[in-house]
Amino acid sequence: MIAEIGHFATLLALAFALMQGSLPIWGAYKGDTRLMESARAFAIGQFLFVSFAFACLVAVYVRSDFSVLNVWQNSHSAKPLIFKITGSWGNHEGSMLLWVVILAFFGALVALFGNNLPARLRANALGVQGWISIAFLFFILATSNPFARLSPVPFDGQDLNPILQDISLAIHPPLLYAGYVGFSMAFSFAIAALIEGKIDAAWARWVRPWTLIAWMFLTAGISMGSWWAYYELGWGGWWFWDPVENASFMPWLAGTALLHSALVMERRAALKVWTILLAILTFSLSLLGTFLVRSGVLTSVHAFAVDAERGVFILAIMAVFIGGALALFAWRAPLLRQGGLFAPVSREGALVLNNLFLATAAGTVLIGTLYPLVLEALTGEKISVGAPFFNKTFGPTMIPLLMLVPFGPMMAWKRGDLLGTSQRLMVVAALALVTAGAVYWSFNGGPVLAALGVGLAVWLIGGAIFEILWRVKFMRAPVAESWRRAGGLPRSSWGTMTAHAGIGVVLLGIVSATAWRTEVITTMNPGETLTVAGNDITFEGVSPRQGPNYSEDVGQFTVRRDGLVVARLEPAKRFYSVRRQPTTEAGIKSFIGGDLYVVLGDPTGDGSYVVRIYDNPLVTLIWIGTYIMVLGGAVSLSDRRFRIGVPRRRRVVANPAPAE
Amino acid sequence: MIGLAMGALTVAASLVFVALEDTIVFFYSPSDIVDKYPDVGTRFRLGGLVAEGSIDRKGEYVEFVVTDTANQLPVTFEGILPDLFREGQGVVAEGTLSNGIFVADTVLAKHDENYMPAEVADKLREQGYWQGGEDEE
Repeated sequence: MIAEIGHFATLLALAFALMQGSLPIWGAYKGDTRLMESARAFAIGQFLFVSFAFACLVAVYVRSDFSVLNVWQNSHSAKPLIFKITGSWGNHEGSMLLWVVILAFFGALVALFGNNLPARLRANALGVQGWISIAFLFFILATSNPFARLSPVPFDGQDLNPILQDISLAIHPPLLYAGYVGFSMAFSFAIAALIEGKIDAAWARWVRPWTLIAWMFLTAGISMGSWWAYYELGWGGWWFWDPVENASFMPWLAGTALLHSALVMERRAALKVWTILLAILTFSLSLLGTFLVRSGVLTSVHAFAVDAERGVFILAIMAVFIGGALALFAWRAPLLRQGGLFAPVSREGALVLNNLFLATAAGTVLIGTLYPLVLEALTGEKISVGAPFFNKTFGPTMIPLLMLVPFGPMMAWKRGDLLGTSQRLMVVAALALVTAGAVYWSFNGGPVLAALGVGLAVWLIGGAIFEILWRVKFMRAPVAESWRRAGGLPRSSWGTMTAHAGIGVVLLGIVSATAWRTEVITTMNPGETLTVAGNDITFEGVSPRQGPNYSEDVGQFTVRRDGLVVARLEPAKRFYSVRRQPTTEAGIKSFIGGDLYVVLGDPTGDGSYVVRIYDNPLVTLIWIGTYIMVLGGAVSLSDRRFRIGVPRRRRVVANPAPAE
Repeated sequence: MIGLAMGALTVAASLVFVALEDTIVFFYSPSDIVDKYPDVGTRFRLGGLVAEGSIDRKGEYVEFVVTDTANQLPVTFEGILPDLFREGQGVVAEGTLSNGIFVADTVLAKHDENYMPAEVADKLREQGYWQGGEDEE
């Protein structure tokens, strides 16, 4: 019964979406206020019904109702409750429903809190949101109904793919979706602006917070996925340039560019056309990400559904939205008046450079991701494009961008002083070079590129902090004066500093975990001790253990430093009995200097085991750094100027940034 | 602005295609290797089934044979194999050819019991050996 109610609620949500996608836009066209206002009721109604439908899905999962096909395929009565709940979106059908829930949630937020948006803009934007909802709800009902029944009712379920039975992977999809779908707001506002043929600086002020929220979620989501891959897949790596990872990374790059260009538009009313185009492209890349991951074009853990019909359906949705939006853009963009001239050397100029580099980076990732697909479709030749390609193209585009980052916030709007800025940043540059030299020297002529990478990280972090110090006239004015100035700085400045420093922290983690990692693959007998990067690791033996829905062989490793026990690691090989599927659980201990990572391999037959041990120096900084970036976004979002645009913003973002 | 962006993209695109030339990795089945015989030292991906009874572990080294039923190629790999690496299952290995042996530095097998790498399934289907559906996940 619950399943049928859920199905019915989905249908009703579609009905609401249909009205939301038509009446308000008609009203905006005719100038009918009541029709325009109806958008808010429809958006809220749609959200209520679609989230009710999702609640029904969670309910059938919790009750282990195996008469529902989706539950049978992805759940098991012995599965821990938490994974019964998260399993509801750990599959194709449920995750698409979650996609629409988040979409409708954003729509409802605009309806509830967008009081001071111009009525016409709000009606059109919500209308466009309605179209997206219609497309995806129709997709769900036509090809991916999570409430389909099964007869006869099986005794027990098939369990969820064990590598998805993990808490951070449970949070990963909602975060990622909140990011993808959050960019739909920028998209809808852009389309609304094109429909009206009118856009101004205020538009950017309304759009920027939504973009920022989406960006924060996407950053956190990508970071979470990378962390999961690191500890769960047992390869000790944190980024594989896997097409599925790229699918989430492309909208991130475009979204980061959008964040910066919207800033120019808000402050200087310039770059209007470009910002609109970026808003369209960013959401297009989000749709492309959904398509790549969901259509089964790519073979990976994420490709829940390999079903041609669904692939074609999503491709059609993509074609309509991206093609339609770009056509509308081509037709209406010439109406938008450009404004705000600026010299090439200025804050605007720096942000344009930022956009060029980010757009180029997104382009290279796009080509690397799609090239194999296109080539296979055209010639039948099968190739793979892996890390070497991305290292050659992505690296060279990012390095100049990162070198320019500290200049941006130091430049004045309209016309900047490159020489003066360079002179001011001299201190930071010296600090960075000295650090690079010290690193090079202390590793006895260690990898030059790695030393320079550390220098670049210091340049970023130092540059970010220096900008604040400069603004508060630190050391150039009495302490009390600096203190007063610090209090008067807008939150967005603090946010910029935090986010930019976060990039430096990520870079530091990437460089050190890449250049100074130690990897040892060997066989170990019980009782044997091995020394890896200063850790004496003793293999105590292997013992069996029983989990709720798996059995495992657990290896016991004792780690000593100078004779003192500093860690006990228990890497395991698990066997999930329902799916008859083994998984590898790495044993990881994070020290301040880095991670010790132990993987238990197969027995060799004579009592010894293959063991793989990594020492990943400072690898944790990669994830800490991304959360520093998210924190920067949150600080920026709390800026007073945003709250003028969308009041009560604080409640909206009460907890989007998990501290760690 | 957009013109400038297009210009930058063009430059980037040419860089990208130069990089593609050097870094793409072709996918071959054992039969392809007989036909095309890639140069020694060229990186490529080898896909097929792990031949029954061919896995031989020597400490941290593993030797096995990849077959597409028509032809086969011995592979050597140092390290820990993926969880679902099994005889009779699909596998994709990346590395180089040396003295008639494929020296793999990466071995991929998807985390699913019925997984057949798409490329392998296609090749096997071409040869009429494997009749499975597109994917039975």
